[in-house]
Amino acid sequence: MPAISFQSVSKSYPSPRGQQGGTFLALDQVSLDIEAGEFFGLLGPNGAGKTTLITILAGLARASAGRISVMGHDVQTDFAAARRALGVVPQELVFDPFFKVREALLFQSGYFGVQHNEAWVDELLDNLGLADKADVNMRALSGGMKRRVLVALALVHKPPVIVLDEPTAGVDVELRQTLWQFIDKLNKQGHTVLLTTHYLEEAEALCGRIAMLKTGTVVALDSTSALLSAASGNVLRCSVDGTLPPALASQARVTGRVVQLPASDAVAVEQYLAQLRQAGLQVQDIEIRRPDLEDVFLQVMQQHPGRDDRVAP
Amino acid sequence: MTGWQMLLYKEVLRFWRVAAQTITGPILTAMLYLLVFGQALESHVKVYDDVSYTAFLVPGLAMMSLLQNAFANSSSSLIASKVMGNLVFLLLTPLSPWHWFVAYVGAAVVRGLVVGTGVLAVSLLFAVPPLAQAPWAVLFALLGAALMGALGVVAGLWSEKFDHMAAFQNFVVMPMTFLSGVFYSIHSLPPFWQTVSHFNPFFYMIDGFRYGFFGASDVSPWLSLAIVASATAGVGLWAFLLLRMGYKIRN
Repeated sequence: MPAISFQSVSKSYPSPRGQQGGTFLALDQVSLDIEAGEFFGLLGPNGAGKTTLITILAGLARASAGRISVMGHDVQTDFAAARRALGVVPQELVFDPFFKVREALLFQSGYFGVQHNEAWVDELLDNLGLADKADVNMRALSGGMKRRVLVALALVHKPPVIVLDEPTAGVDVELRQTLWQFIDKLNKQGHTVLLTTHYLEEAEALCGRIAMLKTGTVVALDSTSALLSAASGNVLRCSVDGTLPPALASQARVTGRVVQLPASDAVAVEQYLAQLRQAGLQVQDIEIRRPDLEDVFLQVMQQHPGRDDRVAP
Repeated sequence: MTGWQMLLYKEVLRFWRVAAQTITGPILTAMLYLLVFGQALESHVKVYDDVSYTAFLVPGLAMMSLLQNAFANSSSSLIASKVMGNLVFLLLTPLSPWHWFVAYVGAAVVRGLVVGTGVLAVSLLFAVPPLAQAPWAVLFALLGAALMGALGVVAGLWSEKFDHMAAFQNFVVMPMTFLSGVFYSIHSLPPFWQTVSHFNPFFYMIDGFRYGFFGASDVSPWLSLAIVASATAGVGLWAFLLLRMGYKIRN
């Protein structure tokens, strides 16, 4: 039995042109299974449908068609059992300003019917670096601390399946390390983890299997190692002192002065360098490396142009 | 504690933590009404023989405060959680719509009763109304608080921002509570307004509650009970169905 099963899940919303009766197809027939104990990555550009899929999984929205189950429990018809099996860290940094951290955690335990949960709450506080904030009002916490509380709230009922929706967006290095150490520990203990993130180096390091979504459909689904090994060629990485010519810019990953170009062989490398010289650019720190997940992601996204018919009249 | 009991406890704690705003404030407001209207009209208005106007005012003011605060509790909690986004913590739990309903309406009833009792207790400094038919007073207090707690759930779900809630409160709840006979007997009104008052369910809540104190009322307490019980059941069902369909909280 898969920990999470998405079966032909579709979701359409009234489009921004809703006054004219149009609909926007956010998800189109998404099907995938996540096995118990997996650390699974769900990747995609903004608007691909990742958060929509997670909101339906969590019962915050309803699918227009299809079925989702968590540990065999349908999220609609058997919602109580499905939600007991699921711990969701939402993307938005939300909190209840009336209560202190420990109170919020004990309330959340209570909503799940978990009683006498103080020991586990203390363990969560310790593992997430919140022990000294237990009796602080949520309003008084920094953004990073609030993010930690969100993680603790999702884990308070010890769910077998943990969903992290961009948990490290805008948080510092220390929290990322603390969080990933703790989540990795839980995964090794048997918890299934579903992660969405835009930090692809995190996904590459953590996830055993990855699905990529684009315009509401699954465009890649494989183990992380298979995705990496299937990537064609190598990558030329170098620094340049000016703007790339348009022909190169369209293929390149550019971060400040650092340029990375997909290079299938030595001829391609020579051609790139020649084009850069012709453009009058000074090239330094040349390196040839194997593609990483970000390269794979960009390749997959380029190979799949995506649907342009998501808005229907 | 089970899930719904924890939610009920949290909702009670939420208003208790800010008691100056949610309990003391409304009691003080009711006392000001009692002071001003009682002093100004004591020698001019006589509704029942052997009952001073100030004593007549006390049950009505207590019930008005009870109704307004029961409404305010569930409605403000829901709209604040929606606007702040923290309603998601509840939406992710296995609590059923029925659990939500019982907890939100239950906390509203608790706050309504606390404020209503507080108003009655402090009013004793000014006048002591008899408690001729106590069970009737308790029954109408419970039904009225439940009705308004459920109406608060409806308003809280419907409102998307604080402006919507303010409009609901200012244009629906306030006029209906003030035009319900708190400060007068509807027999003192012209026939047209007497007829209009009979379409206001708040009138029956106040009149029935007042019957519990004086053993006298503008209409039969049985009629008031039938109307208030029906309205409570109707609004309660409305709130429950909205919760079950996840109206404006689940997409």
